[in-house]
Amino acid sequence: MRVNCTVNGEKRQADDVWPGESLLYVLRERLGLPGSKNACEQGECGSCTVYLDGTPVCSCLVAAGQAEGRDVVTVEGLEFGRVQEAFLEAGAVQCGFCTPGLVVAVHDLLARNDKPSDPDIREALAGNLCRCTGYEKILDAVRLAAR
Amino acid sequence: MDFLQPSTWDEALAARAAHPGAVPIAGGTDVMVELNFDRRRPPALLDLTRVTPLTEWGTDGDLLRVGSGVPYRRIIEELGDRLPGLAMAARTVGSPQIRNRGTVGGNLGSASPAGDAHPPLLAAGAEVELASVRGVRRVPVREFFTGPKRSVLAPDELIAAVWVRPSAGAGEQFAKIGTRNAMVIAVCSFALALDPARRTVGTGIGSAAPTPLRATAAEEFLAGALDWDSRGAVPPDVAAEFGRLVASAAAPIDDVRGTAAYRRHALSVLARRTLTWAWGGLP
Repeated sequence: MRVNCTVNGEKRQADDVWPGESLLYVLRERLGLPGSKNACEQGECGSCTVYLDGTPVCSCLVAAGQAEGRDVVTVEGLEFGRVQEAFLEAGAVQCGFCTPGLVVAVHDLLARNDKPSDPDIREALAGNLCRCTGYEKILDAVRLAAR
Repeated sequence: MDFLQPSTWDEALAARAAHPGAVPIAGGTDVMVELNFDRRRPPALLDLTRVTPLTEWGTDGDLLRVGSGVPYRRIIEELGDRLPGLAMAARTVGSPQIRNRGTVGGNLGSASPAGDAHPPLLAAGAEVELASVRGVRRVPVREFFTGPKRSVLAPDELIAAVWVRPSAGAGEQFAKIGTRNAMVIAVCSFALALDPARRTVGTGIGSAAPTPLRATAAEEFLAGALDWDSRGAVPPDVAAEFGRLVASAAAPIDDVRGTAAYRRHALSVLARRTLTWAWGGLP
């Protein structure tokens, strides 16, 4: 089947999509956008987080056809700014695999809440796992980006 | 595999009738996991996310009708004051990303014994509205589940909504045992609803039997033992007996998440705690 959607502001079209495949697969393998990472494929790790119609979701849990006509923004589509700079500045990137999902989640948090408390940050990032155990630096980065 | 994408409820019911093997999908937080892991290859997916009325809620008389496609995030943000027990359970679901997509209708459709929405719906005496091209019926949640991941949903039926009476105030509580606060499937869970106007008690046990279930004997005992007039503190022996009756209503198993004995013990503790919180919080 064919899927049409807007990705990072551009109209995109994917052909030969298998109806059971995920939006994540479409983004990475059909549209050449490998920023969203494929790890757990069950919504546990958050490394595939993208905006779908402005709401952060795990793209591995969105069926490709559900994105038809929708607006998708991936980590590639976020303007480089205070969130990414803060991750660099705070040393919040170790292996980097969780970083794209975290950047989208933090981008969303700060868009909703300019001055998040530590519990706000922990709650907002509860669905993003970092297996390098770099959470302290990640929290530092969010505090820095919010300053 | 076919991808069916109805845009109206009538089209959805017609598609369901014409394709009984199609798997309905809303937020995808259960269905996509099964597809991603090759556990399921249905002949078709029936996408319900274009059927706008499913994402709406409203009042009808003294009841709330919550569309099956309302995601947990909106239950928390828009219905937290009217359905505090369900909203408390919704806050424990997955992560922000999961709550943005996952729906109460999907939880019921999956019919997992560990579904977080089930205990508060049981405690509140909610009903599930099921629809097909044959018509509409309403089934009490306590009669909805028939086994692990099984329900009375017929092959041609879809879950339209849940009907539930808004809480009078702080009489609802939910508590869940897990290894962390987020992204956790319940080891066991418990919901309590105290209704001082009707002087009734509602309960719901999760993840401690083949299906979510009520602790009927515990409800009857507590409704008779509480001092509804004076609202004095709950005597410790009443709380302990309530906890014991809740634990004995469960039928847990040993599995990777916990032992049957632990689940029974934890349920008795959750029952006592939620009773103290709910009773103390009554307006």
